[in-house]
Amino acid sequence: MKAPKFSYVRAESVDHALALLDQHGDEARILAGGQSLMPTLNMRLSRPQLLIDINRLDALKGIALQGDRVRIGALARHVEVLNSPVVAKNLPLIAEAMPHVAHVAVRNRGTFGGSVALADPAAEMPACALALGATFVVQSSKGRREIAADSYFKGLYETARAVNEILVEALIPVEKPGTVSVFLELARRHGDFAMAGLACHARIDKGVIAEARLVYFASEVRPTLATRAIAAIKGKPWNDATRDAALAALADDLDPMTNLHGSAAMKLHLQRVLTRRAIDQAVARARAA
Amino acid sequence: MANDIPTKATLTPFDRPNSYVGRNLSRPGARRAVAGRGTYTDDVVLPRMLHGACVRSPYAHAKIVRIDTTAARKAPGVALVMTGAELAKRCTAPWMGTLKVFEGMKSAPQYPMAVDRACWQGEPVVFIAARTRAEAEDAAELVEVAWEELPVVAEKKTALDPKTPVLHASLGDNLAFRKLIDTGDVEAAFKAADHVIEETFEFGRHTAVSLEPRSMIADWNPANERLAVYISNQVPHMMQYLFSRTLGVPEHNVRVVSHDVGGSFGMKIHSYGDEVAACAASMMLGRPVKFIADRLESFLTDIHARENTVRAKIGFNKDGTITAFDIDDLSGIGAYSQYPRTSVFEANQILNITAGPYKHPNYRARATVVYMNKVPTSQYRAVGHPIGITVAEALVDRAAETLGMDPVEIRRRNVMEDNSYPRLTGSGIKVLDLSHQACLEKLVRLMDYDALRAEQALLRNKGIWRGIGIAAFIKGTAPGPQGLYGAGGAPIAAQDACTIKLEPSGNVICAVGVSEQGQGVDTVMQQIAATGLGVPFESVRVISGDTETTPYGGGTYASRATAIGGEATYQAARKLRAEILVIAGALLQSDPKVLDIRNGVVVDAANGTLRIPLSEIGRIGHFQLGELPNDVQPTLSVTHRYRLLDLPYIFTNGIHGAYVEVDVDTGFIRHLKHWVVEDCGRIINPQLADEQVRGGAVQGLGGALYEHCIYDENAQLQNGTLADYIIPMAVEMPDIVVDHVQTPTGQSELGAKGAGESGTGAAPGVIMGAVNDALRPFGARVTIQPMTPEVVLQALGKL
Repeated sequence: MKAPKFSYVRAESVDHALALLDQHGDEARILAGGQSLMPTLNMRLSRPQLLIDINRLDALKGIALQGDRVRIGALARHVEVLNSPVVAKNLPLIAEAMPHVAHVAVRNRGTFGGSVALADPAAEMPACALALGATFVVQSSKGRREIAADSYFKGLYETARAVNEILVEALIPVEKPGTVSVFLELARRHGDFAMAGLACHARIDKGVIAEARLVYFASEVRPTLATRAIAAIKGKPWNDATRDAALAALADDLDPMTNLHGSAAMKLHLQRVLTRRAIDQAVARARAA
Repeated sequence: MANDIPTKATLTPFDRPNSYVGRNLSRPGARRAVAGRGTYTDDVVLPRMLHGACVRSPYAHAKIVRIDTTAARKAPGVALVMTGAELAKRCTAPWMGTLKVFEGMKSAPQYPMAVDRACWQGEPVVFIAARTRAEAEDAAELVEVAWEELPVVAEKKTALDPKTPVLHASLGDNLAFRKLIDTGDVEAAFKAADHVIEETFEFGRHTAVSLEPRSMIADWNPANERLAVYISNQVPHMMQYLFSRTLGVPEHNVRVVSHDVGGSFGMKIHSYGDEVAACAASMMLGRPVKFIADRLESFLTDIHARENTVRAKIGFNKDGTITAFDIDDLSGIGAYSQYPRTSVFEANQILNITAGPYKHPNYRARATVVYMNKVPTSQYRAVGHPIGITVAEALVDRAAETLGMDPVEIRRRNVMEDNSYPRLTGSGIKVLDLSHQACLEKLVRLMDYDALRAEQALLRNKGIWRGIGIAAFIKGTAPGPQGLYGAGGAPIAAQDACTIKLEPSGNVICAVGVSEQGQGVDTVMQQIAATGLGVPFESVRVISGDTETTPYGGGTYASRATAIGGEATYQAARKLRAEILVIAGALLQSDPKVLDIRNGVVVDAANGTLRIPLSEIGRIGHFQLGELPNDVQPTLSVTHRYRLLDLPYIFTNGIHGAYVEVDVDTGFIRHLKHWVVEDCGRIINPQLADEQVRGGAVQGLGGALYEHCIYDENAQLQNGTLADYIIPMAVEMPDIVVDHVQTPTGQSELGAKGAGESGTGAAPGVIMGAVNDALRPFGARVTIQPMTPEVVLQALGKL
């Protein structure tokens, strides 16, 4: 379990990193927190020729409120997001999800941007970003562009980011007064990759679900916005009939993967359980607010 | 009743004021480990040392057509590329994993690395020694093996079907071993019983997952033709024999050293081909070769355990009397029976211990052990017990449920009485000094059982589903010469020994054949030696884990260290004490009988008056022998050996309780609290005994809830990392309350029995019982381990 040989360059600037990416293309990998990349290298499942270490690029760091959006720099460590008052105040969904992200040691090194860039299907941050309608900013030597989270996650570890681009930051709309969010996941042990998970953001007026975004992860190849289930609850009061309709619709929204953690049937079942629990909780939170 | 609180009548030498027996002394080894100053095998760096890596079979079963090592030999840093065939030529003979006590058992000859055929995924095929492990791995990738895939035996249930391929043609079929125990008349008992219930249980293969993987350095010195092996291991003397016999180096020229060992759990008492290959490589190169199994190699090649299916029946009457058990075990082992301890112990122990606490007069137990294309299974903590205990306790619970009887009450009616020993178990094992009744009553008090039941009922009304489990057990510990290894022809010492020496300074060196793996064996031996001799704890230093400096012993396995090694140490200390008193008597012109040693000083036994310190005895005994009369020749060094006399094991007993909550929507199990009351005889260090029980319980719970080596239909391991093979972590584990009943064994003066596996054996059974108790209102039942959420949801009919 030793990595095959690779070259290593510590990028001095974003432009330096981008130039290296241009030069080496798919043979290069960006090294941020390394929490997924290093095990992959050590198990020789991946053999890049070059690692471009971006850990010292200050331009990619930081968490700040910018108008009605929170900017989370790609290099923000999970632990920084976890402890951020800006996140706690403006992005309660992410604050609720963060303790589920791995373990202390991983959170100390792993980065928000790394999680979004890798797009592990069981990762929490991609699902939360999608639920909140985030925008991801990527940069190449040609310049910057913004990609809406809705069109960013393409498939299993597959995103809209091009090989010559670096994810530099996420811009996440603050959760507005009058909206509620709920994060739930089921992992065998605390901090493990989840078997099923749901990030939910909604506006509930007097018990009626005015708007909702339900994003399912872990069971799917990518974080998945459940459009049919959302349609089934939108404009409805949360009662048995709405619930049954939403749970029925989920079968068409989701296409769970069977793997070591369980069968597709179990994952659909668990996502339905989470749906019921999450919306119960959202309604209760809206009532309490 | 056992002597919980010593009364005046039961005072023993261990209640003396300067006794260290029964006291919580902190482990000197713990300070070293916490300070980062432990010496694990990988910490040892020798001059000119090379690093080993293996090419392993990617297939569960495949013929080796040819191996091309040309490119690998030319790779940077490579010193040696050795194929299985080349290694076989250096071996005296193949291993044969059979013991003659297992009548009719078959296994195929096995070489340390695959020669012309690989029989499990991960079997070593080529060994490479290079400057660094990374370079060795680079070279391993350059080895080209032409494979021809062969049909795979992946499923134990069809292993004996006529159309299933036979793994080893010379054996005729895939059967390793069959055994039947049949006492009383089970069929007649079932006919006569008011109720008979049958159920089938499945157990998933799992493995030890020691924090420190298998690690070793082989250091052959061509100048004196001696082989030193530093190895993370439990049984240095057995390894000395194994390397000597396999590689043809005279035994007295092989030294095996086990420094600090970071967990072992029975996994490090076996032969591993890559370790022999590293020794051979060192002999070929005349240089030290280090081999450290990485985590993936550990999952692929450490012994596995417990791939079993058990069909079982219980017969009982309306009053709760159990009249008969009938169990039928199918064990799926690996491609070979592991040398030298075999892979049939698990099945054998299941037959021995199932329903061991109970008085049923009729018992029938069958085992069928079959070969498959997987890594061999073998002895892992509490061998067989988790399976046998789970099966019996689940059936006892079913009986209670059928009769509407409380699970505690049915056990109360059926456990052997504490005053009824010696007697035989249903399986025909002689048991002595057990305390099922005392343990049961103590557990009920400790759990506040009635209050828990009341809480359970209250919460059910709120849709919270909690369950209570109870599981009684017997545990075979401290095997003796009547046991199976030595008697079966294995080179494994059933006795153990201590050499204790008084140094000129008056301090004491105590060298023991049992070994330390972080559980505190050295501390316990130190306490025993200090007590036996009458010296301060700090004045004793214990040496273990080195064949060059310790007397021949069996090492540490099967909960034997304290029971066997401890008694050897105690008696050695008593003998040295007697010699010191003779010397003191000669010097002081006193009768040795009126003298005693207390706190390192010879005193008048009657009144404690100081007479002469041991430092003076040591000085005179080594340097000024002229002060002694001619007929007193001090040795100041005593070796004592101890073995059990007429028993195969010292059986112990105990009982677990568990309280769980099941989320019936998700199938998740929350373990709320766990209790263990056990009887390991006289306890030397209560804290260490408790921690052994706790750690053992967690390991048992791991197998019941999480741990599973998942293979696909081609016998390919699917989860070889700690992300996919999950083990219990502190957050998920409950508080484990431990208490004891102490019934000293009559087999030794010390009275200690084994404690190291009492936590493990009954943990899977008790938590399954608790889960099923929680699921009872739904008419659901779980009989599969590990009890994953999917298993629970299927039981509930939700999938």
